[in-house]
Amino acid sequence: MSAKEEKKNTIIENSLKLFSKNGFYNTTIPDIAKSMKMSVGNMYNYFKSKEELAKYAIKYSTNVLAKELKTINQMDINSKDKVYLFTRKYLESVKKAPEVIEYFLRVYLSNREVFQEGCEGFLCVSEFVTEVMILLDDGASNKEFRQQDFFPAFALIMGALGGFAFLSGEKVLEKDILEYSDAVAENIFRALKYEE
Amino acid sequence: MQLQKTSLEHLNTKSKKPKVLWLQAITCNGNTHSFLSANDNRMKLFLNSFDLIYHPSITTHTTIKEILNSKVDIDFLLVEGAITPQKEFFSISGYTPYEIFNKLVKKSKYIIAVGSCASYGGVHAKFEQNNQIKGLSDSLDSQNIYSLAHPVVNLTGCPVHPEWIFQTLFSLKDYGKISLDERGRPKEIYYGLAHHGCTRNEYFEWKIEGHFGKKEGCLFYEQGCRGPMTHSNCNKILWNDVSTKTRAGMPCIGCTEFDFPRDNMLETKKNIGIPAEVPLGISKRAYLSISGVAKTFKIDRLHKKLID
Repeated sequence: MSAKEEKKNTIIENSLKLFSKNGFYNTTIPDIAKSMKMSVGNMYNYFKSKEELAKYAIKYSTNVLAKELKTINQMDINSKDKVYLFTRKYLESVKKAPEVIEYFLRVYLSNREVFQEGCEGFLCVSEFVTEVMILLDDGASNKEFRQQDFFPAFALIMGALGGFAFLSGEKVLEKDILEYSDAVAENIFRALKYEE
Repeated sequence: MQLQKTSLEHLNTKSKKPKVLWLQAITCNGNTHSFLSANDNRMKLFLNSFDLIYHPSITTHTTIKEILNSKVDIDFLLVEGAITPQKEFFSISGYTPYEIFNKLVKKSKYIIAVGSCASYGGVHAKFEQNNQIKGLSDSLDSQNIYSLAHPVVNLTGCPVHPEWIFQTLFSLKDYGKISLDERGRPKEIYYGLAHHGCTRNEYFEWKIEGHFGKKEGCLFYEQGCRGPMTHSNCNKILWNDVSTKTRAGMPCIGCTEFDFPRDNMLETKKNIGIPAEVPLGISKRAYLSISGVAKTFKIDRLHKKLID
């Protein structure tokens, strides 16, 4: 990775924290520059606009999850174990870097107008969606998951995980988030599993 | 069509034209139909360049038995249909297809399987009561396997395009050999995919589904079209010089492939809405990624009727 790309990623990581905490409109380029101890002018050497930064940020944050899921997809384990492992990884990242998931839930899903051009449909989240497709396809072709339409299955996984990230963000969970991991995974698996 | 009159005397005289014998084993006659629908000029050129000494659907002066009992050398033995060694299921002039085929092989220079049944057994190989129905390569007598100068040429297809027969015969006549792929098919004819030349490729690129019988849309996503995984040139060498299945609104059913006929040929097998098989030469991960992106774009032109 070039020095410029590394710098870009650091800017994205900082902006994720600010965007997810304060929202897209309440976060300004000068705010991000200040948190980076950079000049505002220099910031524009990396991103042309706040909108462009927001789009890079959604790609960056979903690619972190896509890489995790890709590694799990390539493991020689059954689909049930994949669901359990992925749920754990997801919840670990909610705990470790809550801004990544929060950004998706609070900025990407709530400010669709920002992402209208250049992030239509799956454009900016395609790597992650592809890995979920591979997970579901492998499971169904091995008869571990039942046949159904893709979107209900996709929404089930993302709804369960996203919902849990939301509960964690709202600080309403009684126990540590990771203690719920197997129960959440069990719910996802039961909803997907193949029945004779 | 005017066939040269053939008789045993004629067959025994030294002709400059290579002799062609067309044998029908277990077949529906479809390849004969296809052959007889060839372009007029090409058929004339064929008949002027070759001696079609025997074809069971065309009146000739010679019977298959006379040929078997004669010392006639056959240059090109074309076989339509699958082979079985079991008389109770099929016989030709008192012989099983296996016997008559191997008797003729001994007299022949080149063997050409005309159609998917002759190549790999085709639909007949699915007949559960007879598990000994096979294609030509798998039906060669062990003595014959080593005596042939050229491997069996598989012209797959259900049916074979007449042009493929002519092209193969002329190539072998002029050059003596042709290169075959790992399934015994001439590379020149089967190197590409039915997808190449398909007029619906733009719909494929942008993932827009079509429907049976319609001009618009791709038939890959729902209708089971095998164009992107079927080796064939039928969208380039058109049927009757004008059309193909996919142009007429019928999905490609992969009739030139080894596994033809498959089950449920007019539907795309899916797992949770995701195609179980993806086009040749691309990983599923890459295909799914690119499909998701392509589906994002809505190109108005491609959602309208081509002719209002």
